[in-house]
Amino acid sequence: MASHYEAPIRKPLVTGNKSYHDVSVDIVNAVEGKANNQWWIVFSIALIMFLWGLGCIIYTISTGIGTWGLNKTVGWAWDITNFVWWVGIGHAGTLISAVLLLFRQKWRMAINRSAEAMTIFSVIQAGLFPIIHMGRPWLAFWTLPIPNAYGSLWVNFNSPLLWDVFAISTYLSVSLVFWWTGLLPDFAMIRDRAVKPFQKKIYSLVSFGWSGRAKDWQRFEEVSLVLAGLATPLVLSVHTIVSFDFATSVIPGWHTTIFPPYFVAGAIFSGFAMVQTLLIVMRKVSNLENYITIQHIELMNIVIMITGCIVGCAYITELFIAWYSGVEYEQYAFLNRATGPYWWAYWSMMTCNVFSPQFMWVKKLRTSIVFSFVISIVVNIGMWFERFVIIVTSLHRDYLPSSWTMFSPTVYDIGIFLGTIGFFFVLFLLYSRTFPVIAQAEVKTILKTSGDNYKKMRDKNG
Amino acid sequence: MENQKKYWKSELELNSNNKTIENLKNNEFVDQLPTDPFLSDKNTLQQSGTNRRDFLKYLGFSTAAATLASCEGPVNRSIPYVLQPERIIPGLANYYATTIADGFDFSNVLVKTREGRPIKIENNSKSKVRCSANARVHASVLSMYDSLRLKTPTIEGKPIPWDDFNGNVISSLQSLKEKNLPVVLLTQTFASPSTSKLIFDFLQNYPNVKHVVYDSISDSKALDAFEIAYGFRALPTYDFSAADYIVSLSADFLGDWQGGDHDSGYVKGRIPDRNKDGLASMSKHVQLESNMSITGANADVRIPLTQSQQKIALAKIYGYVSGTEVGGKLPTNIEKSLKKISNELLSAGSKGLLVTGIDDVDAHIIANEINDLLKSEAFKKDEISLIKSSKDQEVNKLIKDLNSGDLKGIIMAGVNPVYTLPNADEFVSGLNKAELSICFSMKNDETASLTKWVAATPHSLESWGDNEMVYGKYNLTQPTIRPLFDTMQFQDCLLNWIGSNQGFYDYIKENWKKNILNSSSWNQALHDGYYDSMKTQISKKRNFDSLEKANNLSKSNSNEIELVLYTKTGLGDGQQANNPWLQEFPDPITRVSWDNYLTVSKEDAEQIGLKNYNVSNGALDSNYALIKLNEESLKVPVIIQPGQSKGSVGLAFGYGKTKALKKEMQVGVNAYKFYKNFNLCQNVTIEAVNENHEFACVQLHNTLMGRGDIIKETTLEVFNTKDQKHWNSVPKVSLNHIETPVTSPDVDLWDEFDRSIGHHFNLSIDLNACTGCGACVIACHAENNVPVVGKTEVRKSRDMHWLRIDRYYSSEKTFEDDIETKENISGISESLSVFGEMETPADNPQVVFQPVMCQHCNHAPCETVCPVAATSHGRQGQNHMAYNRCIGTRYCANNCPYKVRRFNWFLYNNNDEFDFNMNDDLGKMVLNPDVVVRSRGVMEKCSFCIQSTQAVILKAKNEGRQVETGEFNDACACSAACSTGAMKFGDINDKQSEVSVLKEKDRVYHLLEYVGTKPNVFYHLKVRNTDES
Repeated sequence: MASHYEAPIRKPLVTGNKSYHDVSVDIVNAVEGKANNQWWIVFSIALIMFLWGLGCIIYTISTGIGTWGLNKTVGWAWDITNFVWWVGIGHAGTLISAVLLLFRQKWRMAINRSAEAMTIFSVIQAGLFPIIHMGRPWLAFWTLPIPNAYGSLWVNFNSPLLWDVFAISTYLSVSLVFWWTGLLPDFAMIRDRAVKPFQKKIYSLVSFGWSGRAKDWQRFEEVSLVLAGLATPLVLSVHTIVSFDFATSVIPGWHTTIFPPYFVAGAIFSGFAMVQTLLIVMRKVSNLENYITIQHIELMNIVIMITGCIVGCAYITELFIAWYSGVEYEQYAFLNRATGPYWWAYWSMMTCNVFSPQFMWVKKLRTSIVFSFVISIVVNIGMWFERFVIIVTSLHRDYLPSSWTMFSPTVYDIGIFLGTIGFFFVLFLLYSRTFPVIAQAEVKTILKTSGDNYKKMRDKNG
Repeated sequence: MENQKKYWKSELELNSNNKTIENLKNNEFVDQLPTDPFLSDKNTLQQSGTNRRDFLKYLGFSTAAATLASCEGPVNRSIPYVLQPERIIPGLANYYATTIADGFDFSNVLVKTREGRPIKIENNSKSKVRCSANARVHASVLSMYDSLRLKTPTIEGKPIPWDDFNGNVISSLQSLKEKNLPVVLLTQTFASPSTSKLIFDFLQNYPNVKHVVYDSISDSKALDAFEIAYGFRALPTYDFSAADYIVSLSADFLGDWQGGDHDSGYVKGRIPDRNKDGLASMSKHVQLESNMSITGANADVRIPLTQSQQKIALAKIYGYVSGTEVGGKLPTNIEKSLKKISNELLSAGSKGLLVTGIDDVDAHIIANEINDLLKSEAFKKDEISLIKSSKDQEVNKLIKDLNSGDLKGIIMAGVNPVYTLPNADEFVSGLNKAELSICFSMKNDETASLTKWVAATPHSLESWGDNEMVYGKYNLTQPTIRPLFDTMQFQDCLLNWIGSNQGFYDYIKENWKKNILNSSSWNQALHDGYYDSMKTQISKKRNFDSLEKANNLSKSNSNEIELVLYTKTGLGDGQQANNPWLQEFPDPITRVSWDNYLTVSKEDAEQIGLKNYNVSNGALDSNYALIKLNEESLKVPVIIQPGQSKGSVGLAFGYGKTKALKKEMQVGVNAYKFYKNFNLCQNVTIEAVNENHEFACVQLHNTLMGRGDIIKETTLEVFNTKDQKHWNSVPKVSLNHIETPVTSPDVDLWDEFDRSIGHHFNLSIDLNACTGCGACVIACHAENNVPVVGKTEVRKSRDMHWLRIDRYYSSEKTFEDDIETKENISGISESLSVFGEMETPADNPQVVFQPVMCQHCNHAPCETVCPVAATSHGRQGQNHMAYNRCIGTRYCANNCPYKVRRFNWFLYNNNDEFDFNMNDDLGKMVLNPDVVVRSRGVMEKCSFCIQSTQAVILKAKNEGRQVETGEFNDACACSAACSTGAMKFGDINDKQSEVSVLKEKDRVYHLLEYVGTKPNVFYHLKVRNTDES
C-alpha cells in the first residue's frame, strides 16, 4: 500500500512540510519527552474521579444495589444507560479502523490509533456495568457457559443478556488484536529509538520482535485486511445485540424492530463525537496539528452530521410506528416520552442529537475547531440522554398504571458514572504518554501522496 | 445404708497416715500461681529468671490460645426431642382451632404451628360464625413474637415474681375491701361466658369492685339504640346475602363497622352467576358516606355526603319508607336520588336492608325502624352480637370518679385508656390519685407505664379462653404454644385473687360442662373451636316515637368542617401498632403505608391550601393541616381523597402511639384526641401549615387511563342482554390481514407445550367478589417470609409485597366514560391534553380493586431474558424462581408486564438497618421453615405457594393415592385467606375442581391478554349493578 495516486484537488492529509524522520520524531515526542504540568493536572483529576467511582462501586457491592435510585418498576437506569453509552462510544474505533480501511479512506490513518484506543478503553468501562449492576456480582461468571458440577445447569441461550456477554467479549478481543497488530511497527520504531535499557526492553517485548523485513510488512498488511474483514460485521453486530436487550422485550418503547440499525447509527454517531472530543484536545497538546488537520476534523464532522440525521430519522420513525401500530400502550409510551414527566430528557436528546449536528451543514462551522469541540460534547450528552430516555421513560410508565413511578439517581449512581469517565481518562492519558498515538507507519505510507510538501512539489513539477 | 458406702481408690488408703494419700488429697485443688508477690515487686520482677526462650514459649502459647479461643464458630443450639411428643412430626404442620379476641377483632381461626411454633393464622371456615379473619387477625401471630413484650410482672417498674405480685395485690385489695373503698375493674369486651362468670365471682368476693367495659372505639350509641328498641344491650347481626338492595349510610360494613366480618355474606349476593335462563342477578348496593371507605369503593352507587347531610337523608328515607312527612333540606339532585333509593328500597321489601354507621342514637333507631318496616330478612335482631358492650356514660363517670377521689383503685385488662381516651390527661391525673392501679398488658404501653402494678399477660395464642360472639354460638381459645415469657392471663389472676386454686382452663371446662355443652363432647368442641348451642334470643319490640327521632335527625346541620374518624384496615384501633406487617400494609384506598393522614376533598383542599405533590423519585409528599377542636390542635399530613364529601375530612385511629413501639413504628398522629364524647364526627376548623410531610405510598398513579383491558367491566344490564363480544371480547391481532384472536395458536411464536399431564395450577380472581380487604396480602406476607422494608424504602417504591391489590379510580364519572374519552381523542394535541387530564381522578370516582401477583405466564417474558435461567417454567404451570441461581440482573422484572417481581435491594434480615421482625430472634420465630429467606441481590416473587402444593402432592404420594379434587383449594395462602371466595386456586387438569369450572365462565379474561403471555391467573370481569349502561 505504498504510494498511490491522489487527485491534486484533494486536501493534504499531512501538513507542515514533513519528512519521514519528522513524522517519527513528532509522534514519538510524547513518549520520549516528559509530561508537562497540564498532563499531571488532568491526570490527577481523572485519577481522583476514578478512585471516587471505585469507592462508590465498592460501597454498592458491599451494601446492595439499593444504594442506587432504582425501584420495583425501574430496574435499570443509569447502570445500563452508561453501559450502552460506553459501548456506543466504543463503536467508532472499529468503524474507522476496519470499515474505512476496506473503503481505502486514507484519512483514517491519522485517527485510527486513538480511535481504537478509545474503543478499547470505553468497552472496558461498558463491561463494568453489566457486572456491577448485578445483585450478586461475585457470581457474574455464571453468565459464561462453563461446564460445571451442577448437573444440567447451563446458561440461558435465549437471553439477550447472554448474547451481550458474547458480543462484548468478542468485540473487545478483536479490537484489541487489531489495535495491537497496528501498533507493532510503531512500537518497533520506539524500541529502535529507545536509549534507556528499561524502555528498550519493554518496547521490544510489546513489539513482538518486529524486524521490519519485507515479510513482516507483507504479513502485517494481510493480517490488517483479514482483521478488518472480521471486524466489519462486528461494527454492526455489537450494537445490534445490545439493542436486542430492549428490542426482544415486551415493554412498549423497547419492543421495536427499528432498534438494531438505529442503535448502530447512534453508536457511530456518539463514537465519532468522542473521537472528535479527544483528538481536538490531543492534536493541540501533543502538537499533532500537522497530522490531525482541519481536513480530518471536517470529515469527522460530516460523519457526525450524517449519522445524526439517521438517528433523527429513527426517532421520527419510532413515533410514526407507535401511532401507526394502533396499540394504545405503544402510543402512550411515546407520547409519554415526549410530553410526560421526563419530557426534558427527551427534548435534551432531540436538541443534542438531531438539531445540533445540523449546524455542520455550514462549512465555516464544521471547520471551526472550537465549534466542533462544543458540538462533539453536546452530541455525547445527547447520546447519553437517548439511552436514558429509552430505558427509564419506557420502564417508568409501562402497562399497569398502578406500578408507575419515577426514577431519581443517587450520589452513587452519579459517582460510578463519573468514576468510569475518570477511569477512561486515566487509561487514555497513560496511553497518550506511552503509545504512539498516531499510526506513524501508516502515515508514512501516504506521506508522499498526501503530504503537503509533496503535493506542492507535484503541483510545481507536474 | 447406701450413702455410707466407701469406694476405695487404692490399697494405700488403708493406712490413714499415708503421706502420699495426704498429698494427693491436698493437691486436688491446685494453689493459684503466686503472681501477686511476683508482679507487684519491681525488684523480683527484674531479677526473675524468665529468659528469652521462656518468653517466646509464653508468647507462642498465648498467641495459639488466643487464636484457638477466637476460632469458635457460632453456636446454633438445636436441641432434639428427648421424647418425641405425640403428633409433632418435624416438617409437618399442626393446626389448632382457636379464637382471637383482643377487644377489637374477634375471629375464629385455625393456627398453623410448626415444631410447636405458631407461624400462621388461617380461617376456621367450618365454624360459620365470624370465621373470616381480617388482615389484622392474620398478622396477630407476629404480634405474639413482639420483642417489646413484657416479660415479667412489675411493680413500679421493677420485675417481681408472680407469687409476690399476686400476694401484694390481694393484700391491697383486701384492705380496700375492708374499708369498703370503691375499686373499678375496667376491661375490654371479652364476650366470654366464662370470663363473665369469673368476673361475677370476683365481684362477689370483692363487693367494693365495680366492672366497667370500655371499647376503645365505642359502639355505645348503636347499643343504646338497640336497647331502646328491643330491650337488650347488644347489636343486631346482618345477613347481607339475604339482601337484594343494600343502602348504607356511612356503615363501613366491609371494614370494621360493628366489629366487621360482613364481607363473605355481602359477596354472596354480589356474584352475578347465571341461572338456567342465562340471566344473572346480583344485589345492588348504595353507599352514602363522607370518607371513601372500602365499602363505598365496592358500592354500585356512591353518594358523598357529610354526616349532617346523611342524618337528613336518613330521616328522608324514613319518611318515604314510612309514608310520613319529614323536614330537612338537601340539594335537589340528592333529594331526587334519595327518592329513587327509597322507592327501590321499598320495592325490594323484605329483600332490602339499610345500615348506618352515623354515630348517633337516633340514626341507629331509625335505621332499625326502617328495617323493621321493610321486614328485612337480612336484619337479624334475634341473632345478637355480643362483641361490643362499651357504655360511654360509665366510662365518663369512671374518669370523673377517679379524679374526684371517689375511686380508690382501678384494675385494667385489655385496655389502653391513656392512649385511646380522648381525655387521656384527665384519666392520667385520676389514675395518679388511685391507691391501687393494676394494668394487665402485653406491653409496657402508655397505660402500663403509668400504672403501679403491671401484670404481664400472654397473647391470645398463648392463653385459654372462650367466647360467645354471637348469642348462643360459643368458641374456645386454646394456647398454641407454651407462654414465651413469665406471663399470667387476667382470668388466672382473678382466680388467684379470689383464693381459688383452679386454673382458668379448669374453670372454663367446668363452666362449659355445666352451663353450655348440654352433654356434648368437650374434646370435640375444643378440637373444632366452636360449639353451637342453638339458643336464640327473641327480641321484643318496645314502643317509642320514631317520627320524633326522624325529625330530630332532619334538623341536623353544620357550618364547620366535619372531622369523621374511622379505622384503617391496617392498624384498626392501634393495638398492633408495633407489628411491622401491618405498618407496611398499604391502605386499600389510599395505598399509603406507615402513616395516617387527613383525607380531604379536592375542593376543600384547594380552599384551605392543602397540597399533595410528588418529588423527583415519584414519592408522595404533602403539607400539613392544623386541625383545631376547642383546645386540642394537631398537625396532620394530608391526602387529597377522591370521593371525600366536601365539607368533611377523615382521620384514622390507631397511629401516633409512643410507648412500647420501635422507633420505625412511631408514625402518624393520635386521632383519639379528637374522639370527644366518643363521637366519630366532630366539628373542627382546619388551616394549612407549610411544612413538608413524606409519605410512603405504594401506588403513585391512581387512575386507569382508560385502559379497559386491565380491568374489564360491564353493567348487569349489558351482561344480561348483550352478547359476550360486547362486554368480554378477546383482543385480536391482524394475521395476514385477517383479524385473529390473540389466543389462537396461529399467532403464537411458540409451539404449545403439552400441559395435559399432571397438575396444572390456575388461580381464579373474581373482581366482583374482591372487596380489597387485604387479608390475602398479610397471609402471603406470613406464608412466604416476605421482608418488611420500612417507610423510607417503601417511599422509594421498593415495597416487597408479592401480592398487591391495585386500586384504580376513574377519571370521568365511570370507567366506561374513561374508555370513551380515550377513544374519542382525535389528533395529537388533544391526546396530549386528554391524557394529562386522565391522570386526575374524578371528584366522586368509580373505584375498582384488582389483586395482582405473579401471573405465572405460560409464555413468560421473564423466563426468556434471564441469562442464567434462574427463572423458568415448571411442569405444573408455575413460573419458578431459583433464588440460589439468581445473579440479580433485574432484566426479568423489567420485562414483566405486570411488574410483580420484587428485588432484594439490601439484606433485609439480620441487618440493623432494617430492624423489623427478621432482625431479632423472637421475630424470626414466625418465619415459615418451608420457605427460604432470600438474601440480598436476588429477585423474588409469588410462587403459587409451591411449598404447599408440593406438600399436598407428597402427602397423596405417601398415602399412595391421587390428589383428590379440592385438596389444592387452600394451598395458596392468598386463596386460603380469602373469605369472600374472590380467589380460588386449583388444578385445571382436574375437570371436577372448582377452578376448572370457574375457568369456563363467560366473565373470564386474562390480564393484558394481547401481550400473549398466557397467564395461569385469570380474572372474572367486574359487573356493576348500575342503571347507567
